[in-house]
Amino acid sequence: MQELEIAQLRTLTELLKSKYNYNFTDYAMSSFRRRIQRIIELYKFSSFDALLQKLSLGNHDFFQEFLSEITVNVTEMFRDPTFWTEIREKILPELLNLNKTISIWHAGCSSGEEVLSMAIILREMGIEGRVRIVATDIDMAILQKAKEAVYSIKNMELNTKNYERSNGPFTLDKYYEEKGGKAYLDKSLLKDVILREHNLVEGDVFSKFDLILCRNVMIYFNQSLQNQVLKVFHESLFKNSYLAVGSKESLIWCEIANKFLVVNNEEKIYKKIKD
Amino acid sequence: MRFFKIEQDYKAIVIGGSAGSFQVISKLLSQLPSDFETPIIMCLHRLRHVRNGFVEALNIKSSIPIQEPIDKEPIRKGKFYLSPANYHLSVELGNTFALTTEDLLNNSRPSIDILLQTAAYAYRQKLIGILLSGANRDGAVGMKMIHERGGLTIVQDPKDCLIDTMPTSALNSTTIDHVLSVPDIIDFLLSLDKQIKTKS
Repeated sequence: MQELEIAQLRTLTELLKSKYNYNFTDYAMSSFRRRIQRIIELYKFSSFDALLQKLSLGNHDFFQEFLSEITVNVTEMFRDPTFWTEIREKILPELLNLNKTISIWHAGCSSGEEVLSMAIILREMGIEGRVRIVATDIDMAILQKAKEAVYSIKNMELNTKNYERSNGPFTLDKYYEEKGGKAYLDKSLLKDVILREHNLVEGDVFSKFDLILCRNVMIYFNQSLQNQVLKVFHESLFKNSYLAVGSKESLIWCEIANKFLVVNNEEKIYKKIKD
Repeated sequence: MRFFKIEQDYKAIVIGGSAGSFQVISKLLSQLPSDFETPIIMCLHRLRHVRNGFVEALNIKSSIPIQEPIDKEPIRKGKFYLSPANYHLSVELGNTFALTTEDLLNNSRPSIDILLQTAAYAYRQKLIGILLSGANRDGAVGMKMIHERGGLTIVQDPKDCLIDTMPTSALNSTTIDHVLSVPDIIDFLLSLDKQIKTKS
């Protein structure tokens, strides 16, 4: 298939903005192009124009599916095990010293694997009651999946290995039941978790947090949108609280990088040091 | 040394490799001068969940220390780059890298096709693509794209490969400008660098 040209992608983002009020203008170009090409193939559209045509009809159900396919939902429990060791052994104990309820925001939580990872650590540390978790995503369908906490059993092998490598004290099967090729995670882990729709591109600040996790989400945005989102995170963090991004992301090219201090460069954990 | 006459100037070299390519790439990087100018961007199939060790192993012999790029990092002259584990590496317009966690492509993350296609899009005729030994078809689509955009395509001679599926797939799907042995690939790169330095 012919590569989509930038002008075509512009036409599409304009349509999405005017028709659906979603702004994809500042998504990173190469991956956005691949996602659109993938949708054209997946739905067997005869051409790019056929996709445009379909979207211009304003069918909300199709748009929801489109939204789910545009966003990348590849995730793991305890992805980058050493990161989770750091959360368990350094970051959470430090936050506990503040002697108040700790607020955590999973921004772009996808199907919830990282939220569950966090919830498991909190339970193992015996501090579930002291922590409030908010998990958000742009895509309602994936939030529903996060709520259900049912994953394919074939993913659990990797998740289990990750948990072990992160120094988890038990084995992961303590937290799920296997039925019909699926892993049903213990839903009580999510009982105090608020899952809600939120679009980082819109940039509204809705609460203050002690720790924000936004790992492998901003990589889908261009630099100017990354700058904008980082401002939202900065405003949503208490002073001396933490922001974690993916292991191959960095704040160094962001405008307000100087308001953060790197506390762990390998795991990409930052601390807000200036208002 | 075999001398290759290269008229076109190139902004980057992308190299893809899989099974049987580690020794090749290691040898190749050891033979290049430490002031080699054109950036080399490598996508080699590797274990998805082992973050450390691979780049360190390649660096034992490489004449320029290899870096695993961070998302949005600018691509600079005189640098060697390697796709990190468990991410796809893309080149964006504006000469920067982008990393993504999309699904596996050709059973791989990083996928060679993704690097080659995005680099072809960004650099057009100013790109050299080199595909080495490997046991799957990853890279064939990317090489086709490089050729269609006017770039130069090179594969390791299948006779010379530990496993030749990868270069053979590329040969079957597009025009390959040079089919070279490993010593010839090295001579090609040395010729390229000499001609750049004579020009400037």
